[in-house]
Amino acid sequence: MKRSDLTRIPVVKALLVNRWPQFILRIVALAGFVVAILAGLLGTPVGSRNLSIVFVWIAWWALLILAAVPLFGRGWCTVCPIPMAGEWLQNGALLGPRKRETGDQRSETSSNLQSLVSSLRLRPWPKRFRNIWLQNGGFLLLALFSAVVLTQPMVTAVILAAFLFLAVGAALIFERRAFCRYLCPVGGFIGLYSQVAPLEVRVRDTAVCAAHTDKTCYTGNENGYGCPWGVFPGGLIKNTYCGACLECLRTCPHDNIAIQIRPVGADLTVARGRKLDEAFKAFIMLGSAVVYSAVMLGPWGWLKTTAYSVGSLAWLGYALAFLLLILGALPGLFYLATWAGTAQRGNRRALRQRFTANAYALVPLGLMAWIAFSLSFVFANISYLWPVMSDPFGWGWDLFGTAALNWTPYLSRVVPALQTLVLVGGLAWAAGTARKIAAEKRGGTAVPVIIYCFFITVGLLWLLIG
Amino acid sequence: MAADWLTHRGVKSAKKSVNLSGEFLARFLLALLVIGTPLWIWAARRGETAVTVHALMPEKGGFLPDTLTAAVGVPLELNLISDDVMHGFAVGQTGWPAVDVKPGQMTEVTLTFAEPGTYTYYCTRWCGPNHWRMRGTIEVTGAEEREAPPASPPLYVELELDIDAPHELDILLKTPPSAARGAELDITLPSEFLSRDVYLTQTPFEVWQALRLASETAALTDEDVWDLVAAAWHSQTTDEQIQRGQTLYNQNCAACHGSGGGGDGVFGQAFDQASDFTDSQTMLGASTAVFDGKIRRGGMGTGMPYWGTIFTDEEIDALIAYLWTFQFPMDNE
Repeated sequence: MKRSDLTRIPVVKALLVNRWPQFILRIVALAGFVVAILAGLLGTPVGSRNLSIVFVWIAWWALLILAAVPLFGRGWCTVCPIPMAGEWLQNGALLGPRKRETGDQRSETSSNLQSLVSSLRLRPWPKRFRNIWLQNGGFLLLALFSAVVLTQPMVTAVILAAFLFLAVGAALIFERRAFCRYLCPVGGFIGLYSQVAPLEVRVRDTAVCAAHTDKTCYTGNENGYGCPWGVFPGGLIKNTYCGACLECLRTCPHDNIAIQIRPVGADLTVARGRKLDEAFKAFIMLGSAVVYSAVMLGPWGWLKTTAYSVGSLAWLGYALAFLLLILGALPGLFYLATWAGTAQRGNRRALRQRFTANAYALVPLGLMAWIAFSLSFVFANISYLWPVMSDPFGWGWDLFGTAALNWTPYLSRVVPALQTLVLVGGLAWAAGTARKIAAEKRGGTAVPVIIYCFFITVGLLWLLIG
Repeated sequence: MAADWLTHRGVKSAKKSVNLSGEFLARFLLALLVIGTPLWIWAARRGETAVTVHALMPEKGGFLPDTLTAAVGVPLELNLISDDVMHGFAVGQTGWPAVDVKPGQMTEVTLTFAEPGTYTYYCTRWCGPNHWRMRGTIEVTGAEEREAPPASPPLYVELELDIDAPHELDILLKTPPSAARGAELDITLPSEFLSRDVYLTQTPFEVWQALRLASETAALTDEDVWDLVAAAWHSQTTDEQIQRGQTLYNQNCAACHGSGGGGDGVFGQAFDQASDFTDSQTMLGASTAVFDGKIRRGGMGTGMPYWGTIFTDEEIDALIAYLWTFQFPMDNE
């Protein structure tokens, strides 16, 4: 499929290059973020009546997993408010690069803040952590406490505030958006699943980049900052680490950056740049979807209670089982499937490479599993949003006249069919990807990986639809 | 490298400068939304005059706050909100209807007291095993404080009854006594057996014993005499009173004592001490005064709460009238 460059449309390009639309969206999101934290800290502890829970874990999550990630990849990162404060401290400006100081002339926007900025001695992110293992760990940690995090507004508020403080702290110590790139537990899986999105930021002609000595897309210029994600756009082959921040679109003096519509899942079959940390992210996400489906939507009250009783002996058992499933059983069985499907069984290194490569077949499966899981609770619970919008703190307000609206599940008859469609579609997509990946090496077969995916799909169908 | 990137020292030309007015506008908008929104929330909250009362399961605190103050004739505005499960709110001895206190939803209540005193508010929903502990008080003061008339002591105090003393009988009735059968016997009981005093102060067993010795009942069987006792007890109550008592019982007592009075309510099982009102051996050896005392004062060490500050005298009478129906049902054959 031929790619279609959206930046060839003047209006689209103007909207993307102009900082205001992005800025407006970000400050609106930041205001929502602040209100969510305040609601969690000051509002009712009843999750279904508190904006922090309903807005973040139902509305935002629905937007993210059902629309933003599958359609726009890192679209959320484009408007995410979490790094704003840190970036402001780093850059000394909200809208764009400040005017370059010449000689003794002080910048027109000089301020105490900029003195602080100038005094920062930002370091590069440590080499050994230039991967997504920390993000994997962060997500696992959150997932272990998810029953509490997703239901208790105070805990949600503390976590949101912690994200903000971590992002600011990272921005004061390390270069660029270190939090987004290496720490954000959400950014990790958005990056993984952005590989399937039908949208990409790429250069039009790599030769132009090669000839461009200044590499302003990486170093920045008067029109924009050097890539906050530390990515050289000329070398982009996958969406994973492109934060879709649009800075390269602003800084490229050769109009060589394109935002393109492309075939879905195009990155999954790119053989270069596959990594074990990303492979494990695929297992973590897939396994979490399975566990969440069982804990939150399953009929087992004892499991729900156990997941909720953080710190108890039963919960420790749950945590252990959770970790064993995700870090042991799922990758272990997948390793066996890889072993069965490869011709180079004796070569450990080759086997490990095939294991990593094959794991990318789990990316569409995992995304579809999350979509199927989210369909259940999003349509069942989104009606909590209407009263919460009018009364975000549970203080008896009625801002929009919707405070008294009762909980009503939507599309409850359609959701199981949709879930089936999504899961079966995910299986087909994963199987197709597995076949393409297997075809990269002679003598390999995708059948064991497809069987693995089949059993995961059957398990999810059983958990979600029964 | 990092500093270069930040301040763009490596950039050779600086053709454009940031639009300063744009930057200031951006900062203004940021401040407006990010600082203004919490400020607006704070300002809106500050204007509220009502007292917010949080309701939590008693293990987590019960009503917070659990003491309120008000003045006679001055409306007391309350915002009631549950922080966990469904609760209820009612003020004892006022007759005001109970309201539900829903999780996360504010219920507005305005109370205006006509008389000074200490009022008890309490939860009216079975929120947990310690539901009955969920209470608070409202101290109502008046501009013209009157000295309250001395309250008459409860009946059990007047009678110097030890309401905690066991009152089990060594009897076993083959069939429950029936007021309906007693009425059918067509025997006119001596008036002393039909007096209010007897109903209040004597136990059914004591009355049965006295009747057993009376000449009017000499030809009757023991069971017939029990039916007469049932009829005598029933003559001291009305259907409306029993209905009222049943409503109060179902709302406040059935959680522990069970809807059938068998001491097997959902929370009573946790205490294992809830009285069984269907047990004739304990019931027939107790007087109305004993029940009156236990309801008012509570059962020491048994988990039975005191209701003296919540129920009115009429409500306690109605409740006891209903309790007796577990022993003396009207429709028993």
